Amino acid sequence: MGKKTTTVIVAGVGGQGILLASNLLSEAAMEAGYDVKKSEIHGMSQRGGDVISTVRFGEKVYSPIVGLGEADVILAFEKLEAMRNLPYLKKEGMVIVNDYRIDPLPVASGYMEYPEGIIEFLKERVKTIALDARELAEKAGNIRTMNVVLLGVLSKNLDIPEEIWLQVIERRVPPKAIDANKVAFRLGREVAEKAFAGV
Amino acid sequence: MKKAILSGNEAIARGFWEGGGHFANAYPGTPSTEIVENLMKYPEIRAQWAVNEKTSLEIALGASFAGARSLVAMKHVGLNVAADPFFSASYIGSTGGLVIVTADDPGMHSSQNEQDNRWYALHAKVPLFEPTDSHEAKELTRQALSLSEEFDTPWLIRSTTRISHSLSIVELGEREEVEIKGYVPDFEKRNLLPVNARKRHEVVEERTIKLREFSEKFWGNRIEEGEDSIGVVANGISYQHAREAIPDATFLKLLMTWPLPDNLIREFASKVKKIFVVEEGDPYLETYLKAMNLGVEIIGKEKIPMTGELNPTIVREALLGQRPSYFEIPRIPHRPPALCPGCPHTPVFYILKRLKANVTGDIGCYTLGALPPLSSMDTCVEMGGSIGNAYGIEIAEAMKGLDPRKKKLVAVIGDSTFYHSGVTPLIDLFHNNGITTVIILDNSITAMTGHQENPGTDVGYRGIPKRRVDIEKLVRGIGVEHVYTVDSFDMKKLKEVINREIHRQEPSVIIAKRPCVLLPQMKKRKYTYAIADPEKCTSCTLCWKLGCPAISVTKDKKTWINPDLCVGCGVCIDVCPVDAIYLADPEADNARKAGEEVLGWVKKQQQ
Ligand SMILES: Cc1ncc(C[n+]2csc(CCOP(=O)(O)OP(=O)(O)O)c2C)c(N)n1
Ligand code: SF4
Ligand code: SF4
Repeated sequence: MGKKTTTVIVAGVGGQGILLASNLLSEAAMEAGYDVKKSEIHGMSQRGGDVISTVRFGEKVYSPIVGLGEADVILAFEKLEAMRNLPYLKKEGMVIVNDYRIDPLPVASGYMEYPEGIIEFLKERVKTIALDARELAEKAGNIRTMNVVLLGVLSKNLDIPEEIWLQVIERRVPPKAIDANKVAFRLGREVAEKAFAGV
Repeated sequence: MKKAILSGNEAIARGFWEGGGHFANAYPGTPSTEIVENLMKYPEIRAQWAVNEKTSLEIALGASFAGARSLVAMKHVGLNVAADPFFSASYIGSTGGLVIVTADDPGMHSSQNEQDNRWYALHAKVPLFEPTDSHEAKELTRQALSLSEEFDTPWLIRSTTRISHSLSIVELGEREEVEIKGYVPDFEKRNLLPVNARKRHEVVEERTIKLREFSEKFWGNRIEEGEDSIGVVANGISYQHAREAIPDATFLKLLMTWPLPDNLIREFASKVKKIFVVEEGDPYLETYLKAMNLGVEIIGKEKIPMTGELNPTIVREALLGQRPSYFEIPRIPHRPPALCPGCPHTPVFYILKRLKANVTGDIGCYTLGALPPLSSMDTCVEMGGSIGNAYGIEIAEAMKGLDPRKKKLVAVIGDSTFYHSGVTPLIDLFHNNGITTVIILDNSITAMTGHQENPGTDVGYRGIPKRRVDIEKLVRGIGVEHVYTVDSFDMKKLKEVINREIHRQEPSVIIAKRPCVLLPQMKKRKYTYAIADPEKCTSCTLCWKLGCPAISVTKDKKTWINPDLCVGCGVCIDVCPVDAIYLADPEADNARKAGEEVLGWVKKQQQ
């Protein structure tokens, strides 16, 4: 990765634990010796709006955000949000998407339709890893580890050693939940390994 | 050196602590809120929420009179509210260091405008710092405290959303202990009678000359030599965007943007063939540079957008003509924020919509009552505007010879907003014989900005008990006779009272009372949920019109309630005409019971 700055956009819906996930990523990158900047927009997030957090790391990072066609990875906690943020991705970038649906209000109150075939839409265009992170979180024994499952997938694609990730998780999650989060992280990494093995 | 990754707001708080800060207060407002929120964590500092920005600045100024190092923070529009004491403070100067932070919101992530508050510095002749990252935010705040004392002036620090809410690495320092000097009267300095103010204006002009000299030598204003003949002048976050977009240019980095360093600017201009001015918002630097007749081409707002935020891609495209290549997507449903499941504001707007009332609105969570499907708020101007706006409509309608009551005119305002700036317009309406009905939405907290206490709350930060200002008594004290406190979840009563009061030919105030479901006392609990029986549901759509995020529609047009989101408030049960909705476990805890039990006051108030 060297001198280049890596940009990850973490996107989802208020209440999904996006800011915790982007905090863990920023800390792991800092511990790994990178310069890091993170930006987040959370004005209305408590009220179910979309949330975006951008994390950038490298030898020297200037801007905390990127414009169209500049991000290396989109880590989406909800699939409509993956689609919404696709214009920010580099053409050769990657999408990691939770195959999970939360109806926005215009859909819930019957004004608009939730788009069909989002995962296929993404796969036709870019390298995409789609997974059911909720199911894996349940398997890890705590539904709230969904964000760490997704970080696990992401971690396989970044130049940050696994031990650092585990240290940061241990430090940042409540003591009771450490074990479940570690399992969740490993389950996420396995998904990424399988994706690369072409299985 | 100890390092931490901090947001701009955390860094400003840290800088105030390191700089020996004593007292801070603020009225919350995105993106500034976390500054004082973080200051509440430092035991050496007294930090508290104020009723509005004007008051917060007056209090901080008073603390400065007595020699305490003080800070106020506000969102950009907050400085409009505090503008009166701000201009006077410039004449008076500071005894204890006085820092005023304005957090602007280019892109309007959560604001009603994108005004550029750098003009306030120029206008009031108050020195201005603009950090470009968290480390600078900390350092500039720390230094502004002692500089404020040295130059005898309040010091303005301007942040923006991308500074306040971005995290970057900060080198931490120790706290410098400074003693509070204590109050010593100084009539000629602090009493702005014209006889004194005329002399103070002279002092301000002399101070400006000294500040300009300081700006020339200040470490934060400097030329960063590049390989290129292109020169870039940039401030705040725009500096970072430009650095990334045009890395080889020669930069004039400006952390102090009023007064500007003329000599340094000329030196910079002599080194380059062309100058790009990269700034979000208004052409503040550009206008200044162009007026200096520097003899080189200056390009700014001809190319750089005047509206919205910048980013490196926009700068690259605007100045270098590099078009981004990206994936296009079809039109997809947007995801607007919504009132929470169980929000006490929902039934009020649902009723106003049914009554076809004309509603002037205000700013808070409840502004979301303007969006579909509730769609029941016509106006939203600024904090505290609703009552005056409604009263003005009443006057014009009456002058036209119409009965204003036929318009079913209602002003809706939140509790925090009412304390902030709704009391004086209500006095005006009452005194001048107005009759418009005012609904105060009392959810017992300042919810929109993340649940800060307000004068209606009896516990403050660190659990300090506070005196509660009773809204009903306050309104009665003004003289309004028809004051009714109604439980927001008692829809039958609420509808009856609103319908009666909007037709009354006298002023009236309805206090719709219910705690916000996200109050810490409420959030801890585990609630049951509602179930909609698809056999009974007739698809009448009434419950969909509540806009509760837990309610959605199945493919065959039946109501479906998401048990993960529902808090069992029962409002949808009340609106369902065929009893198709019921609680999964009627005995279990739900948001309605919690509001009554945890806080107790809903019932008590009605007795
Ligand atoms: C002058 C000004 N200061 C601060 C804000 C930020 N702000 C917007 S809404 C709000 C609080 C509203 O609280 P309340 O009236 O109690 O309504 P709630 O959000 O609780 O429904 C604040 C502080 C603003 N928009 N304008
Ligand atoms: S935070 Fe409270 S007041 Fe705001 S929408 Fe949610 S329940 Fe309503
Ligand atoms: S009970 Fe009905 S209105 Fe209340 S939160 Fe649940 S679905 Fe929404």
